[in-house]
Amino acid sequence: MAAKTFSGGVQVPHYKELTEHLPIREGPRPTEVVIPLSQHTGAPCEPTVRRGERVLVGQKVGDSEAFVSAPVHASVSGKVVAIEPRPHPLGGEVLAVVIESDGEFAVHPEVKPLGPLEELSPEQIKRMLRESGMVGLGGAAFPTAVKVSPPEGKHIDVFLLNGAECEPYLTADHRLMVEHPEDVVLGMRALMKALGVGRGIVCVEDNKPDAIEAMKKATMPHSELEVAVCRTKYPQGSEKQLIKAVLGREVPPPPGLPLDVGVVVNNVGTAWAVARALTTGLPLVERVITVTGPCVAQPANLLVRIGTPFSSVVDFCGGFASAPAKIIMGGPMMGVAQRGLEVPVIKGTSGLLLLPEEDALAQQPQPCIRCGRCVEACPMGLLPLLLAAYAEQGRFEEAESLRALNCMECGSCSYICPARRPLVHAIRVAKADIMARLRARRK
Amino acid sequence: MIGALVTLAVLGLVFGSLLAYAASRFRVERDPRVDEVQDVLPGANCGACGYPGCGGLAEAIVDGRAPVDACPVGGPAMWESIARIMGVELTTDRERMVAKVRCFGGTLCSDAFRYRGIEQCRAAALVQKGPKACPSGCLGFGDCVAACQFGALRINRYGVAEVDPERCTGCGKCVQACPRQLIHMVPAGKKVHVLCANTVRGAKVRKMCKVGCLGCRACVRACEYDAIQVDNNLAVIDYAKCTECGACAQKCPTKVIEDAGRQLHPRAVHEAAGREAAS
Repeated sequence: MAAKTFSGGVQVPHYKELTEHLPIREGPRPTEVVIPLSQHTGAPCEPTVRRGERVLVGQKVGDSEAFVSAPVHASVSGKVVAIEPRPHPLGGEVLAVVIESDGEFAVHPEVKPLGPLEELSPEQIKRMLRESGMVGLGGAAFPTAVKVSPPEGKHIDVFLLNGAECEPYLTADHRLMVEHPEDVVLGMRALMKALGVGRGIVCVEDNKPDAIEAMKKATMPHSELEVAVCRTKYPQGSEKQLIKAVLGREVPPPPGLPLDVGVVVNNVGTAWAVARALTTGLPLVERVITVTGPCVAQPANLLVRIGTPFSSVVDFCGGFASAPAKIIMGGPMMGVAQRGLEVPVIKGTSGLLLLPEEDALAQQPQPCIRCGRCVEACPMGLLPLLLAAYAEQGRFEEAESLRALNCMECGSCSYICPARRPLVHAIRVAKADIMARLRARRK
Repeated sequence: MIGALVTLAVLGLVFGSLLAYAASRFRVERDPRVDEVQDVLPGANCGACGYPGCGGLAEAIVDGRAPVDACPVGGPAMWESIARIMGVELTTDRERMVAKVRCFGGTLCSDAFRYRGIEQCRAAALVQKGPKACPSGCLGFGDCVAACQFGALRINRYGVAEVDPERCTGCGKCVQACPRQLIHMVPAGKKVHVLCANTVRGAKVRKMCKVGCLGCRACVRACEYDAIQVDNNLAVIDYAKCTECGACAQKCPTKVIEDAGRQLHPRAVHEAAGREAAS
């Protein structure tokens, strides 16, 4: 059977050989963790502990009343030494709970496994997802409890487990599928039970044959589960592109969501974390990240506690092989460039990529030659060249009429542009302006 | 040949008289004052008044929907002429306002990282909230300069945007263009201003900028008129109370308060730093 795919997109070199065969290791044991109170899409949390208080692993340190939010928990045991604004990987400073570790990693007494999945009701699973602060670990960090609570009247018939991991360099999901396929399947089944969905598909790109093999074996005992093989193409891991490739369904443009076509997509990392929360009772206090790039002495896949400073993670990997010119949280296509290593690992950190000067070099943009390659590459069917031109001239209303808001910033256009124009950056400028005006209008 | 000429002439006559009839029958009365007012207006069509161009405002003034001083660009002399056209007395307490950039950090404000991307402030502000260490530092790419139709703004030699108050018409376009909201409107006559918008605590300010407000309250203590307050770590002048005595500017430890009357300006800190670097 031919591998499934979507239209548009680009072939990117994947550079996964640095870490794809390295087993997941336990990461550094941080002496101090910084837990930002906003690590997810939605309302930020309020601190639920005070300065000077002693906290234990898994204890809630921040929560919010809002529906779209997720609580945050202590990832070490120790003393709360500060609750203050600290640098955040997504820019600026965000209120954070700083915990000094006592080195014991003592677990909170209330952390207990919930019992076997068969005995849990969908409501119990949803409550567990909320209480454990579960969010989508693919990068956007959307609260999982909200994702599995579709509004009345939306019928979901398929659950997709996203194991495409199409970003170059990243291998965390790949390793989870190879090393813990049973846990991934357990988490997937828990999410499906919460949703009440009877059909689940694990989607993997065909550059990960060992993961496909492992997932096929693990899904064998469950007749409602299957594995779909997707062609390796960027951005296969984007929700809408995955749905199109695997199911042939087209998600309507924003505000259209996958649930409008009866689908919910979750990430492999999320499913694994859900399984961990079920079997151990521990909330989301650690995650698997890929630390990689030519500037890392020993690239690795690590299980890291949320709140661990990037600097400790890099030190744990043997420090710099050479001085990095660019530090990226996430992959090179959609990751977020960092100011430095003083920021903590957050729930949405899928990897840490350190690039040398020659790889990070932004070439001087040349004039657009109207070759149309960005148009061919855009998986959303937009006209990146026009959107970017309007954005640079400040003609945001025209950009809006060309559906700038449909852009998911995958970077395919910037990657393919032979004139090296910063297309996505320009479109982001337009999107920011359009969003600001929409917000102002709503008020 | 003759036939064609005659036909054309007849057609011309018929349609011409139709048009002439229509012109008198369906004539729209237009207040002659609209044209007069429009002649007086600056004609920049900048949109600062909120109406679609000077023509739109002229109609609004004549219709009584807008006051005679609705155009901030023209200033009192122009308001006076519009009032004369409209046959009303000019009663306005509207002061001429000019734009002021609340930052003079520039080269004395450290960079958090090297930014390579689209050379616009609004683009740079999207990357980690901007490459300056200070969250309220002027990014210096000149989005405000591009927005100004009157040539009143420039990026000066220290890398910060600066307004030429003589040329500034107070249209406020730059205020909207700045992604960091660093530009505000101040009364044109006032000489004392705080050139900083940073609300970070003083100890942190010192690490990122040599000409940042520390929120130390030295200015508040120096002021005899209760005209300067520190709110959220930032000194703010109440222009209604300020007498321009300059006491605050004298006392400011980081010289971030400008007093144009006494030649006090954060520019001096830049010049001193430049001399130090040279020697």
